[in-house]
Formats: sequence, C-alpha cells, structure tokens
Amino acid sequence: MTAPVTARPTAWRSYSNWANRHRKWLFAAPAMIFTGLLIAVPLVWTIYLSLTDAEGSVRAPSDFVGLSNYLEVFSDFNRFWPAVGRTFIFTGGALAVELVLGMVIALLLWRPFRGERWVRVAILLPLVATPVAVGMMWRLIFDPNIGFANQLLGWFGIPDQPWLSGTDTALPTLIFVDIWQWTPMVVLILLAGLTSLSDEPDEAARIDGANSWQRFWYVTLPLLRSTVVVAIVLRGIDALKTFDILYATKGKGGGSFHEVETLNVYAYGLSFDYNDYGIASTVLILFFLLIIVLMWAVTYRRKANR
Amino acid sequence: MTAIVTNPPLSERKGLPAKRRRRRGVYPIVRVIALILIVLLFILPLVWMVIASLKNNVDIYDASKTIIFTPTLENYANVLSRNNYFVFIFNSFWVAFASTVLSLILGVPAAYAMSRFTMHKSALVVLLARIIPGVSLLVPWYFIFANLRLVGGFGVLILSHMFVALPLIVYIMISFFDSLPLELEEQAQVDGLTPIGAFLRTTLPLSVPGIATASILSFIFSWNNFMFALVLSGAHTKTLPVAIFNFVSYASIDWGSLMAASVVVTVPIMIIALFTQKYIVSGLTAGATKG
Repeated sequence: MTAPVTARPTAWRSYSNWANRHRKWLFAAPAMIFTGLLIAVPLVWTIYLSLTDAEGSVRAPSDFVGLSNYLEVFSDFNRFWPAVGRTFIFTGGALAVELVLGMVIALLLWRPFRGERWVRVAILLPLVATPVAVGMMWRLIFDPNIGFANQLLGWFGIPDQPWLSGTDTALPTLIFVDIWQWTPMVVLILLAGLTSLSDEPDEAARIDGANSWQRFWYVTLPLLRSTVVVAIVLRGIDALKTFDILYATKGKGGGSFHEVETLNVYAYGLSFDYNDYGIASTVLILFFLLIIVLMWAVTYRRKANR
Repeated sequence: MTAIVTNPPLSERKGLPAKRRRRRGVYPIVRVIALILIVLLFILPLVWMVIASLKNNVDIYDASKTIIFTPTLENYANVLSRNNYFVFIFNSFWVAFASTVLSLILGVPAAYAMSRFTMHKSALVVLLARIIPGVSLLVPWYFIFANLRLVGGFGVLILSHMFVALPLIVYIMISFFDSLPLELEEQAQVDGLTPIGAFLRTTLPLSVPGIATASILSFIFSWNNFMFALVLSGAHTKTLPVAIFNFVSYASIDWGSLMAASVVVTVPIMIIALFTQKYIVSGLTAGATKG
C-alpha cells in the first residue's frame, strides 16, 4: 500500500494529510450546515414575521408591531385555544390508546410462534401506507351513506353514525385512524425492547410465585421503561405534528366548524389559505415552543427518575 | 429450581402449579384468536380499499354488492391514462430517489463522525429537523425559493424532502456505527491506510445493511410526504399524494377512481415493505433499546 501513496504528487499528499487530520468536521460539517441553514434562516425569519403585521404577501410593506401578535393570539378564544385543546386531545388520546394496545400486541407477539412472519408483515402495512391515501380510504369507509362502518353497525342493530362529518365525532374518528396507522410503530419499538430483555428476572419472579400480571407489572414493565419513553417521544412528536390525515379528510380549516383544526392545521391555514403571515408565525413559534417544552419534560423526567 | 425445592409451602399455598398448567392450556387459543383479530383489524381496511377500486361507481353505492360484484379495471384505466398518473408516479419516484441519494452522501459520513467522535451536540442540530414543525419552515422557504425562481422545479422539492430524509439517515446510521466494532478500522490503519481510507475501504462496505435500512426508510418517508409537495410542487412536479388530494377538490367524489389512485400510491410501498421487512423494522426501532 505504501508504494502508490508515495508515488502521488506532494500536493495531493498534503491535501490528504489535511483532510485526515480534520476528518471529524470534514465529515460532519456539510450535513450540519445543510440542516442548520434550512432551519436557522427560516426560524429567524419566522420570529421576525411574528413581530410584524405581514399579510397578503411577504414582500408587501409591513410594520413592526412588537408583541401585539402574541397578545392577539393569547386572547383568541375562538380559534387558537380550541386548536391547542384539540392538539392535546388528539395527541393524548391517540398516544394513550397506542401505548396500551401496542403493549398488548407486543406481548402477544413476544414469544415465537408459527406464522409469526405473516403477522409481522400485516402489522407493518398500515405503517408504510401513504397517509393521504389512508385518509381517503377511511373517508370512504366512514362515509355516512355508503361507508362500510355504518353497514357493519347495521348488522348489530346500531344506528348510523355521522363519523367524519359530525362536529363531535370527527376528531375521535381521526384519532381512531391515527391509532390504526401508528399502533404498529409502538408495537415494533416495544417488541425490540422486549426481545432485548434477559429472561432471568422474569424466571426468578415466576419461581417466587408471581402470576403473569404481577410479572408484567413489577418486572417486565420497569425494565422496559426507557423503551416506553422512546416510544412516547417518537410517537408524541409525530402525533403533535399530524397534518396529512386531518387535511386530507377535512380540508381547509379542519372542516366547516374547525372541528379537527389542530395547531398545525391552523398554522398551515393561516399561512397558505389566508396569507396572514404575522399571526401564522406567532402560532408557529408558540407551537414549536410547546413541542420543545413537552419533549424536554418527558426526557427530563426520565433522567430525574434514574 | 432450588427455590421450589427448599420452599414448597409457598407454591402449594397459592396452588400455583395447577393454575399455571391450566393457563398454559387456554392461553395459546386466546392468543391465536387475538392475533387473528389484530391481523384482520390492520388488513381489512386495506382490502376494502382494493375492493372499492375494482367496483364501478354504481356498485359502490349499492349496499347489496358489498362483497359480490363484477370487478372492473375501469378505474385504473381512468387514473393511469386519463389523469396522467404515470407522470406523478415518475415525479414521486424521482424526488424520493434523488433526495435519498443526496441525503446518504451528506448523512453517512456525518453519522460516522458523530458516532466515532461522540458529537452529541452536533447530532442534535441535525435531529432538531425531526422535531421542528414543517409548516414553520415552509413560509420562509416558499419566499426564498420563489425569489430564486425555483418553486415548481424538482430542485426545491428534492431539497425539502432531503430535510426529512437527512435526519432519519443520520439517526439510523449513528446507531448503526455505534454497534460496529472499532477493531477492523484500527487494523486497516495498522496496515497502512489513512483514517479516511479505512472508512472508505473497511467501514463503508461493512455498513451496507445499515445504509440499506436508512435508504429504504428514507425513500418511503419521502414517497409518503404530502405537506412539502403540497406547497412547493408545481404543475409539472406534482407528486402522488398531492395528485390524490386534488382528486377530491371537485364537487362530487369519484370514489372508484380515488381508491384506484390510493392503491397506485400505496401498493409500490407495500411491495417494498414485504421484501425488506427486516430492514424497515431495524430502522424504525434504531436506538430504541439503548435507553
């Protein structure tokens, strides 16, 4: 190997030496600069816009209005606070069911069985399906007149439900769709955690006479804690930012009565349907802060518990 | 086992052996039934989508033809030829492919450095992209790229999808490199390779499974992405999810064609998933068990 290296011109060698000495940043910097620029420039701009009354077009003259957008948003009990509430209901509801159901399915899949491969493939399919197509699919199934959901209820003598078109039923229906699509993600994460556990603590508890529930609650679950936190963080971030299925099924403004308008849908509508950039940027900054605070709280609690 | 021998009263008092034997009898049956129900819950809606895509629009409205009907490929013909879906398929494929390849070129060396030099704070910069709501970046992006006359071209779309792909690739590859032993690299350096040479000739070939995992997931996420393409794509660069969304902006919905279009966008991804299941699972659960 030494022969070709010494045969190369000295300029190339000194360049190669320099590259090898600085390889740490030579490797890491391009990706960091790329994401840094794509985040930092827009973020600074969004913060600036949130302090102006920009409207209609970003290039249209706008005035610096200080924090008055923030005051306006905070006193907006018509759109902003209901959107905050819906974001929490959607995320909390979906996450809670996904964790419980995900844990049940992961435990069912834990020990090997015949046909395991096929069950795993079946569970993977909702996860990789395109969310917009998934939204359209459920829109047909939940259609009040021709949908299969009401047909199914009819077989059991239950009256038709409005599902996505009802003001009270639309959000729970979409939580169901989110659960259908993303429980598999929780299953996969928890299953990875379960398979990495050693059998010994479980075996010891069994010998000590613990029943299956006790063994799960006092042995398996505490050992699985960090995996559960990972599942909450990963799924929580995505659930807070859910956009595709909401916009694909209910369209602009989260339906005519804003019944599924979460913060993300609200901010999107303000930006691209109403071009109200000042208020939109304010909502986005608050939304971003909310996500950061929630994620910090979850990971901070994890560290505090150690 | 010794515990049972030295302490028989405990297990006897609770009547454990008998109880356990009984549960062993019932549990497998309960488990099989539960697993069948779960599979049906996840699969039936997708089957329903495919069935509806094979019905004409009269049969979709007819409750008596829920399962028994004459299948037709009319909807697919409508979607593929009259609505030019081949163009959207190509667009989706090209954007997903290009953004994945470019993100690999940026992301794999970065993940390598971040893993080998434990650059946690630097990794956080890249991973921040996973946390930030995409809408907060779209308004500035739109106006920057509109000024550069790039909106509506493939460049911006690929760039915005890289923003999704890159953090994913970095995240997966960091946990892959973390699990790769250092010895082989060190051996290669002893044999006279430079550190970069050792990375290119020993580590990179060993990373093929990790890179495959990262690429497959990145491709899927880009293929499925809706919001960025909704704002940044033009008439000629529209991707499949946006094309499907535009289907319903008219007064009445052509359900058959809408379902056929949904099948066209989801089936390629599902076929990929069937053959690369192992990689997808390892990618989605990367770093989950580290704690």
